[in-house]
Amino acid sequence: MILKDEVKRIAKLARLELTEKEIEKMQKDMSAILDYFNLLKKAPKLEGVLASSKEGLKMSRKDEVKSRDVNMSKRLIALTPDKKDDYIKVRPPLNLL
Amino acid sequence: MDLTELTITQAHEGLKKKEFSSVDLTKAYLEQIRKTDKELNTYLSITENSALSEAEAVDKKISEGKDISILAGVPCAIKDAILVEGEKCTAASKILENYIAPYDATVISKLKSQGAVILGKTNLDEFAMGGSGENSAFGATKNPLDKTRVAGGSSSGSAAAVAAAQALYALGSDTGGSIRLPSSFCGVVGLKPTYGAVSRYGLIAFGSSLDQIGPIAKTVEDCKIVFETISGKDPMDATSADYSFKTSKIELKGLKIGVPKEYFVKGIDPEVEKIIKKAIQKAEGAGAEIIEISLPSIEFALACYYIIAPSEASANLARFDGIKYGLSVPAENLLDIYLKSKGHGFGAEVKRRIMIGTFALSSGYYDAYYKKAQEARQLIRQDFVKAFEKVDLLFCPVSPVPAVKIGERTNDPLSMYLMDIYTVSVNLAGLPAISLPVGKIGNLPVGLQIIGNHFQENKMLAVAEEMEKMV
Repeated sequence: MILKDEVKRIAKLARLELTEKEIEKMQKDMSAILDYFNLLKKAPKLEGVLASSKEGLKMSRKDEVKSRDVNMSKRLIALTPDKKDDYIKVRPPLNLL
Repeated sequence: MDLTELTITQAHEGLKKKEFSSVDLTKAYLEQIRKTDKELNTYLSITENSALSEAEAVDKKISEGKDISILAGVPCAIKDAILVEGEKCTAASKILENYIAPYDATVISKLKSQGAVILGKTNLDEFAMGGSGENSAFGATKNPLDKTRVAGGSSSGSAAAVAAAQALYALGSDTGGSIRLPSSFCGVVGLKPTYGAVSRYGLIAFGSSLDQIGPIAKTVEDCKIVFETISGKDPMDATSADYSFKTSKIELKGLKIGVPKEYFVKGIDPEVEKIIKKAIQKAEGAGAEIIEISLPSIEFALACYYIIAPSEASANLARFDGIKYGLSVPAENLLDIYLKSKGHGFGAEVKRRIMIGTFALSSGYYDAYYKKAQEARQLIRQDFVKAFEKVDLLFCPVSPVPAVKIGERTNDPLSMYLMDIYTVSVNLAGLPAISLPVGKIGNLPVGLQIIGNHFQENKMLAVAEEMEKMV
């Protein structure tokens, strides 16, 4: 069983606000799911190295500037919830005062 | 003639011979949507105006005697996780309820360049996370064949739309079975392409190493036509492959069909097993050699998938921070905006997956969960590599059960995950697979899953077409 405090810690890491009721349900559901994952302990050890770490290198491309539809930036800014002119407003990340 | 019963080729021929116009065809589907969608809840939005103007443009081309491509003027539906410029794209989430797509996904640009008519955006499990369609923030899609049951997920609306003649074909996406499962439950054909065969640009990301867009249609041929149009290398998706699909004349006769014994153990509905085994017998009757094979690591596939997919999802969904786009809950400081926007915007299943993923990637658990799952993934891939050294294709069920009752599994997430037990391994290995309806239990369809080797869609589709004629 995963501890309630652990659920709260993970939720904070995920930047996810959960209600007290949600935390309780999450504790129950996560415990059942994590128990199921114990199956993986039976999996044989992998011989050799993980392939996925090498694959990314094949997909690199040149770092170059490409022209884009000028209206794209307008459409993207239009989607932001809080803005002033062409600037996106963000609350200060640190509460200095 | 019922215009909503045509295949793509039939519609194309009819348009060319001027037996009907694209506007007629489009209106027939819009009418069917109006008549049936209140009950089925298949569409999240209908793009009637743009559909009709596209249809008119195709009709004009025809009247001027110009050539039209095979998909021109043919009405389709798009899963609401794929961006269509200027239209809402919600991913069936409250967090994107009012989001307007700023650009077209590559698959949409490709369809539009062929003159496709887009009828609207279809329902899904929120962010494509689910196997039943019930995780949509806007209500579950009902199965057109039995309205007390689910349509399957996550591409619930896309499969149901094709089954209910609300679209001639549809696009879905498949991360762990999301095209194949609803196709199986709704009795239509669904193709999950090889990872990299179709560009993911403009698909709202869920598990980026697993996601693929693919067609859902009435026939194998229709799936093939759509796949041919949407596949290929795209500079906007670094994982897309330089691949051009070519139809091949391949017959079951002389082919080796592998049947993985691990797919026929406890948990499978005996009626499903019977129908799948009968289909396998038919393949044998057509001259295929049936070989029982073993995929020893397959028992780890579901656990492996439900670590890797949520881990990738937790990273992908971090972007919904209430700042750049989507729902934003006002608060005094930045952290509270994050916490509250995500807390209010995401539904229960999405939250669960973000939590599982964050847990599996967090310090102290990473090695035991995420790394272990990556290792298991490689073992599963190796199993398939070995299998395809011996056989041409694999035959197995899509799901251990037919469509379940609405609400039957919603309180027990793990029992819901178990519906994906036969589909997730295909995504983990990046293979192509198709769901083909091969029988029914009462009026509930059962899909045969045909799995091919990487980029061998041609072989898989040729055999599926031959099987389609026999069942």
